[in-house]
Amino acid sequence: MMNNLLIMPLLVPLVTAVVLIFFNRQIRLQKWISGLSALANVGVAGYLVHVVRQEGIQTLNMGGWAAPYGIVFVADMFAALLVLTTTIVSAACLYYAFGSIGKEREKFYFYPFFQFLIVGVIGSFLTGDIFNLFVCFEVMLISSYALIVLGGTKKQLRESLKYILINIISSALFVASVAYLYAVVGTLNMAHLSVRVAEAGQGGVLTTISVLFLIVFGLKAGLFLYFWLPGSYKVPPAAITAVFGGLLTKVGLYAIIRTFTLIFYHDPYITHTLIGWLAAATMLLGVIGAIAYWDIHRILIYNIVAAVGFIAFGLAAANQAALEGAIYYLVHDMIVKALLFLLGGTIIAYTGTATIKEMGGLMRTRPVLGWMFFIAAMALVGVPPLSGFIGKLLIVEGGLQAGFYWITGIGLLTSLLILYSMMRIFMNVFWGVPKRPLSEPKKGTGWLLLPASCLVILTIVLGLGAEWIYPYVNQAGETLLNPDQYIQAVLKE
Amino acid sequence: MKTNDVILQTVAKIVVFIILTFSVFLFFAGHNNPGGGFIGGLVTAAALVLLALAFDLETIRKVVPVDFRKVMAVGLLIALLTGIGSLVLEVPFLSHTFGHWDLPLLGDTELATATLFDLGVYLAVVGVTMTIILSIGEDH
Repeated sequence: MMNNLLIMPLLVPLVTAVVLIFFNRQIRLQKWISGLSALANVGVAGYLVHVVRQEGIQTLNMGGWAAPYGIVFVADMFAALLVLTTTIVSAACLYYAFGSIGKEREKFYFYPFFQFLIVGVIGSFLTGDIFNLFVCFEVMLISSYALIVLGGTKKQLRESLKYILINIISSALFVASVAYLYAVVGTLNMAHLSVRVAEAGQGGVLTTISVLFLIVFGLKAGLFLYFWLPGSYKVPPAAITAVFGGLLTKVGLYAIIRTFTLIFYHDPYITHTLIGWLAAATMLLGVIGAIAYWDIHRILIYNIVAAVGFIAFGLAAANQAALEGAIYYLVHDMIVKALLFLLGGTIIAYTGTATIKEMGGLMRTRPVLGWMFFIAAMALVGVPPLSGFIGKLLIVEGGLQAGFYWITGIGLLTSLLILYSMMRIFMNVFWGVPKRPLSEPKKGTGWLLLPASCLVILTIVLGLGAEWIYPYVNQAGETLLNPDQYIQAVLKE
Repeated sequence: MKTNDVILQTVAKIVVFIILTFSVFLFFAGHNNPGGGFIGGLVTAAALVLLALAFDLETIRKVVPVDFRKVMAVGLLIALLTGIGSLVLEVPFLSHTFGHWDLPLLGDTELATATLFDLGVYLAVVGVTMTIILSIGEDH
């Protein structure tokens, strides 16, 4: 069914970004426009989820050119859920940025870049064409280069150089892989790719190409190849790190899940086993990083890495339970990671340091912040009834069904160590007595807790309302398991 | 020492107009023949860069007194609006159409909405290219 609704979640931030360029000087007006558009987009994305729930997979052939020749946008439940989560998380980060980002960045087009970043993220989720996926990745990455370097301090410049280098290399590899794939099967439309790969049989050449894609997306997602991530995510301000940590790596994960459930699912003995072990290594190395550092930002960043491994493990197991778990956990992780970075940024704003050894006693002066951090940490670890629990349970269940006993064990061990790393932050920051005088927070920082509290409520709702949300996740998982549904919707054979 | 660039400046004054004319030709050639907004925009930017090389950035600012960032935004907005037009008309996003009109002087002319989209691309390309070159150029 043809539906222009699909383009709306992308069009809203795009139009907003362009309009914002005209009002470069009027920062107050920029805040109003981007704030309202972010809220409107949550509504649009929510409606999209509703329509997909009611009427199944939606497609849109751009300019009326039929797939596989034209460019097609596809919203299955998986993509729609991620779009909705993206709009919510980005709105929260945007409202946090209002109070924290500062004039210097606002003057240099912070808000337009932020909107362009959202355009790239949402485009990546919705596109049904692998070259278009590359284009949307680039839109997202170029905006992220700008956001990471805005401010121009020495360490920002150093880290952004690394970040840009690694991403340019992986983008080049991305185009090369797309070219190889096109040379072998002669199409770029994902649904059509799935048909052609199934017809040709996924032989050695195609499996090799799939591993190339795994490397490309793994670099973006931080799946094992996360060496660039801790440095570059540490340098920008909290609002930007929250968006990066919440959204960017997840786009890479989405791409991995999409390609390996829709296109390259014929040889799981090689590809999915490989993903499984990469996931195990990522979880272990990530969590070692998370317990090794005393810097609150670094601890949280390594927690991103560990979660990426856990979600990828859900894909490796690739049965109904594991995929549903991966989807649930992905949505949960986008929300809770953004939330933790927002809270981390607030903690740093209050204490004036990022080293948790030097903090302490914050519970006396900031009890609300303390309890919010506690809930977020519990949700991250997966304590019932919060949002992390259901996803984790499903992934563990699926992992055991698939016979990945070792990796499931590693996953559970990781959870335990994540609990330790979060409690270490909590105890050091909030318990005890202040080790240094609390810096007097700037006026208006109380505002910062509002967007974070919305996300806290959401993690609780995601956990307690699981029964209400599960049908959506179930529908998403079913589409991933049955590529035919996706193909039928796009090619309408 | 001041460099003597009389020849460059004299030639540039004439050549710039040839290049600009050519860019207009390329812009309208698009659609059915090689050309279009992107390449037309690049050629226009090339003409302006030639001016900048022959004279200096201050002259460019005086001759073309526009903020190229705004030009880029206007271009993006035009391109987007042609896309949004198809939302209003309830056809798939980015749909385009064309028709034949009898215009004075030109006679039977094919007018396509794709040209409007191309105009947006043209402005965006000029805006981006000039923004990049001017910001690098003035960075001493």
